[in-house]
Amino acid sequence: MPHLKTALLGTLLGATAMGLAAGAVEAKDLRIALQSDADVLDPDQSRTFVGRIVYTSLCDKLVDITPDLEIIPQLATEWTTAEDGKSITMKLREGVTFHDGTPFNAEAVAANIDRSQNLEESRRKSELASVTGTEVLGEYEIKLNLSAPDATLMAQLADRAGMMISPTAAEAAGADFGNNPVCSGPFKFSERVAQDKIVLTKFDDYWNADEYHFDSVTFLPIPDTTVRLANLQSGDIDMLERLAATDLAQAEADPNLTVESAVSLGYQGVTFNVDNGAKGDNPWGNDKRLRQAFSAAIDREAINQVVFEGSAAPGNQPFPPNSPWYDQDYPVPARDVEKAKALLAEAGFADGIDLEVQVPNTNVPLQLMQVIQAMTAEAGINISLVSKEFATLLSDQTAGDYTASQIGWSGRVDPDGNIHQFVTTDGGINDSHFSNPEVDAALNEARTLADTAARKEKYNAAMDVLMDEMPIVYVYHEKWIWALNSKLKGFTPYPDGMIRLEGVTWEE
Amino acid sequence: MLRYILRRALIAIPTILLISVFVFSLQKLLPGDPVLAMAGEERDAATLEFLREKYHLNDPIPVQYFNWIGNAVQGDLGMSLRTRQPVTELMAEKLPVTIQLAVMAMIFALLIGIPAGILSAVKKGTVTDYVANVVALSGLSIPNFWLGIMLILLVSVKWQWLPASGYVPLSEDFAQSVKTMLMPAFVLGTALAATLMRHTRSAMLGVLSADYVRTARAKGLAERRVVLKHAFRNALTPIVTLTALLFGELVAGAVLTEQIFTIPGFGKLVVDAVFNRDYAVVQGIVLVTAIGFIAMNLLADVLYVVLNPRLRGQ
Repeated sequence: MPHLKTALLGTLLGATAMGLAAGAVEAKDLRIALQSDADVLDPDQSRTFVGRIVYTSLCDKLVDITPDLEIIPQLATEWTTAEDGKSITMKLREGVTFHDGTPFNAEAVAANIDRSQNLEESRRKSELASVTGTEVLGEYEIKLNLSAPDATLMAQLADRAGMMISPTAAEAAGADFGNNPVCSGPFKFSERVAQDKIVLTKFDDYWNADEYHFDSVTFLPIPDTTVRLANLQSGDIDMLERLAATDLAQAEADPNLTVESAVSLGYQGVTFNVDNGAKGDNPWGNDKRLRQAFSAAIDREAINQVVFEGSAAPGNQPFPPNSPWYDQDYPVPARDVEKAKALLAEAGFADGIDLEVQVPNTNVPLQLMQVIQAMTAEAGINISLVSKEFATLLSDQTAGDYTASQIGWSGRVDPDGNIHQFVTTDGGINDSHFSNPEVDAALNEARTLADTAARKEKYNAAMDVLMDEMPIVYVYHEKWIWALNSKLKGFTPYPDGMIRLEGVTWEE
Repeated sequence: MLRYILRRALIAIPTILLISVFVFSLQKLLPGDPVLAMAGEERDAATLEFLREKYHLNDPIPVQYFNWIGNAVQGDLGMSLRTRQPVTELMAEKLPVTIQLAVMAMIFALLIGIPAGILSAVKKGTVTDYVANVVALSGLSIPNFWLGIMLILLVSVKWQWLPASGYVPLSEDFAQSVKTMLMPAFVLGTALAATLMRHTRSAMLGVLSADYVRTARAKGLAERRVVLKHAFRNALTPIVTLTALLFGELVAGAVLTEQIFTIPGFGKLVVDAVFNRDYAVVQGIVLVTAIGFIAMNLLADVLYVVLNPRLRGQ
């Protein structure tokens, strides 16, 4: 009898254990470390990069992108642009509901666009500036009317401006929507503790729920890169974003980790004050030959090797060399110290010239500028670095209180987002105050052209001027580097730096 | 006694008001425009102007101050410019975390610092004294962030004994909460232990050479009793003051320690707020911390009287 009891107990225990083991796979909570904490979780109000990473799991958009930056359906299944380019008609996915049960339909899209354009706190107004109104054509069909053809709009709808939030929840919460966001993505909002964690749980009624294999996702802001990696190595987290280049070798050597990367859409470079206030009136702002000399004096590949252990992409344009928008007529130049010296002499500075560059007071920008400082010194450009805390640097840059500034841009899917606002005369963040009628004409026209080849021609035309005038000297393009627990399979790196969990699995 | 406490508390009020003016003006002197930090990459002129209007940053500074202090007196410290959460709510969420860290760090500090101080005073000039001094000095000299990262690499990554960083609330899982706090509390505690040890040692040395200790020994009391009961109790007064004052150091140390171990406490809140120019949060935290500091001093003054009957008449 005791034997039978033991046997029964054993079977029971075994079954429980098996059940638990199976359950453990099912109930896996995916823990992802972010470099910083997200700001308010309202797609219409938020501004941070990490916030967008959270949205990728929380809020579906009208359209999405492929790793090659093509626009593909998400909540909109197909779309057509009118002959005159002044409207876009979209068919919407049927049977989709928001996390609160509100049905997704054309009315919901109309309400969302209205909120993005009219909520007082909305940061999406400029992104949807070309939309003059919406027309609901049917339960699942909507037309967006435009003031003028806008080639950039679909790319905007592939990001926060195209994120759909529950109109019911938005109506009820108003500007406080971010405290309890309700969208229609694969995961729904569960809990947030500022600076600690954001927890999302699986949304079972998601239209594509079979492709998502985690019961919950927890995002943890861990700012220190070493600590972020330590957490991954100790198994406290499953994945991290933005691994530091200095930690790359260590992560690659660890058999329990996988490293993935993608060239980002953004750039880093040095912006010169060409005409922003009194400080723009200096040799560096007045004479393009000096800026050309600066560019010629630096060795972009060496910078990549020294500062980034080869993990960045050297660049010289607002678009990375692997982008379809990159102008092949201007390849990344090799270093040419003699040319730099000749240009300086031509400009009347044969004996050398001083240059003050402001730089963010964090590791990578400082290292970058120190390397550049050493390189340009050999050509006779004596750089003095003024390191500033980032908010101060931005303030001085906007106010025109600088000669040159090491700054970059996180990048946008549509080429317009990387160039127009920085170098057109009335550009919203043209801190250089660079102004050139040819560039203005080319870039203003480019945003209206639907034909890719015709658009490319306009960008190339702008590049002809920019590569000569050099208000911004582009230096490199960051790579997004993710480190993952090797048990995590199926992750696809995207150039926008987002973490898409579709098809990602955990295999013990 | 009550009158004494009341008088001390009243004196604290002008101090707090002065601090509030100081806090307010200090952060206005911070370079960097808060609306630029708020706007992020969408920093065109229209957005900046909208944000300035919205958060009343165009008002004259005295007006801004009186608005703020007026609301603060009513318990409203404003709203985080970044996450739209009320500052008081944020602080209520973070305060228990830092208190837990501070208490655990203080336990480490007292457990290490006081016995080491007594020991090195009693064994003055011997090897034990020197060893205790060297250990104390290294506790003071090793930077928090270095010790923290070394511990993470050793204890979490190599041995996998404790979680590398993060925080679990006490109410959620007591054991796990204590586990996540062990390393940060140790890092924070060692630096304080050094200071405590040095002060305990000198206070004990002073007392041990006093006449009544000689008398106690002459009575034939056991050395243990002489040291712990007669000498230590009298050496306690300066140690208590110091412990209260160390509260300030504890909060300052927590800023760094929380940053390393990613603990969502007061320190991390204030650092992130400074970098994001989240003025409302910075002002609120500094004000509340200053009040806490004053309260701790008040407590120390009261404890003196409790510990030392000679002060009661004054």
